[in-house]
Amino acid sequence: MSVSASVTPAFDKQGKQSDEARVDAAMRSFVSESGVTAALHMESCVRCGLCAPACHFYVTTGDARYTPIHKLEPFRRTYLREASPLAPLVRALGLVRKPDIADLEQWQELLYDSCTLCGRCTLACPMGIDIAELVKEARHGMFKAGLVPDRLALMDRTARQWGSTATPGEDLPDILAEAAREHGVAIPCDLASADILVTAAPAELGEHTKALADAAKILNRIGARWTMHQDGFDASNVGFNNGDLELQERLTRALVDTAVKIGARTVLLPECGHAYGAARWEAAKWYGQALPVRVIHMTEFLDELITTQQIRVNKIGETATFHDPCQIVRRGGLEAAARRVLAALGLDLLELEDHGLTGYCCGGGGGVVSNQRAAPLRHKVFELKKQQIEATGAKHFVTSCGQCRITLEMGAKHAHWNKPVESLLGLVADNLAD
Amino acid sequence: MDLLSFARGPALTAALVVFVLGTLWRLGGVLRRPRMRDLSPARVGAPAKLVGALYAVARGMWPRREFVRAALVTTANGYVFHIGLALVFFGYAPHIAFMRRLTGLSWPALPDTVMYLAAGATIIALLAALGARLTDPVLRTISNADDLFTWTVTFLPVITGMAVVAEPSAAVLARERVIYPGPLAAHLLTLELLLIWFPFGKLMHAFLFAFSRGATGMRFSHRGVKI
Repeated sequence: MSVSASVTPAFDKQGKQSDEARVDAAMRSFVSESGVTAALHMESCVRCGLCAPACHFYVTTGDARYTPIHKLEPFRRTYLREASPLAPLVRALGLVRKPDIADLEQWQELLYDSCTLCGRCTLACPMGIDIAELVKEARHGMFKAGLVPDRLALMDRTARQWGSTATPGEDLPDILAEAAREHGVAIPCDLASADILVTAAPAELGEHTKALADAAKILNRIGARWTMHQDGFDASNVGFNNGDLELQERLTRALVDTAVKIGARTVLLPECGHAYGAARWEAAKWYGQALPVRVIHMTEFLDELITTQQIRVNKIGETATFHDPCQIVRRGGLEAAARRVLAALGLDLLELEDHGLTGYCCGGGGGVVSNQRAAPLRHKVFELKKQQIEATGAKHFVTSCGQCRITLEMGAKHAHWNKPVESLLGLVADNLAD
Repeated sequence: MDLLSFARGPALTAALVVFVLGTLWRLGGVLRRPRMRDLSPARVGAPAKLVGALYAVARGMWPRREFVRAALVTTANGYVFHIGLALVFFGYAPHIAFMRRLTGLSWPALPDTVMYLAAGATIIALLAALGARLTDPVLRTISNADDLFTWTVTFLPVITGMAVVAEPSAAVLARERVIYPGPLAAHLLTLELLLIWFPFGKLMHAFLFAFSRGATGMRFSHRGVKI
């Protein structure tokens, strides 16, 4: 492993704030994020370094800067100076240096390019520190400071304007009509009343419309009353990844409010990991109460349909290996659901060396897939994944997250590797029994 | 007042006051930080939050199978000096006598041989931990002054303690007066330094680890993840 294998540190800036204002904004946010759990985790670190070998970016580069806990240094210093029980003492004696603009600029790469919020480090930490959650909270401060990778900032501006990074809502009916024609399946849009509000990931509204058609095929098969809706359709919450809390709330509310408006009892999320994190586990905090609708990921939806025999699938009868999307499995709890669906498909599962809760990330989570300057790092992580996939010798390589698929396909293209990445939803839809 | 009287008297009292009040202050300060209830519905079949927390506290005692290869040396070394320190502190007859004078509590001592082995292993493990911290690129990147100071205040009582062990503990306890007042005072003062530093540095993990693991355990068990 070589230190020189890492990417050149880089940072972008948005807005015209002074450097002082950026630091103040970041620090105010870091302090407001220092709730009891964050504080316990900040206080508990013994700097043992055991999070490093759990991180795919450290493992594939050997660069100590990618030690997960190190990515929190500006956040930690702010906490110690401003929010910890010893803060007055720390400030009075100058024990901890206040972060400056150079620190924040330098840490942008560590917080956005070389962390996918996958949380593998969380499981390795002997103190139980949820480092991934702290990185996500640190991103809130970076966003406030206007110190986000430009590519992610562009997506953020687009989503603020359109409610989606893919398309304005008013174009949704045309996109769905085109997808319905192309794939020969009915895709209802903007129905005034439905039981299920179906949502999409941005790529599904562009070049991956087959995923929409696959979902439609299954929903139509079971006779569900469902619709997509231009008021709330993009579930991949870019605010969640970027650290833009205001946008995260807006996008979350759009989904839930739309579901309530049409009388839907269920919001069905697409094969997208961060959508699950944002909607299933965080949406309720924006409401201040339990959500009036059930939020369900496509994987558990398929699992329920198969388990309750609402659909039957043909047995494929071949070998497969499965990439566990971090937000759905490690941080989402759906490890068994995906495996039950694979078993129903008659796939002989050959597990990756690291799988389930401790599977390696695809390298593109947390917005890293969209962050072009992080591509060299992503490709290194892909090599790790590729080796593990090849070692299984499985015929099929399956996952249940569209963003993971895109990341892995980009990695495969770069590595001139021709193994297709298959969607769990796609396999179910293509093998529905009559 | 000679140095030993000072170490046994006002210095010990001051150190204990700082230790107790400082620990309560820091722990209370952290636990009083704002908290936001998780309003998302728990995964069907998820255990009660307390069960999730306790499981995580227990689970954190040893690395997961997948991480053992990378974590084995650090973890095993940590266990050696944690257990070694506990054995020496709670098992050595003169220490028990010291605590009986302080608290009125007493318990059977461990044989001196076990103490010598434990102290030796502790010293070696602490030196190994220091060596790793000074040479490993990851540890060099993430370490700060707290790490080195905490290491020092942990090591000093052990090494000064070894300096006053010249005869079997039974002989020490049978004697009316202290024959090495200077070294014993130094030993006590280093212990008091550790107690005074405890609430301010990473030694607080002795209390915080359970809360930290427990908080993550609650978060993940709510989601149906058995971390």
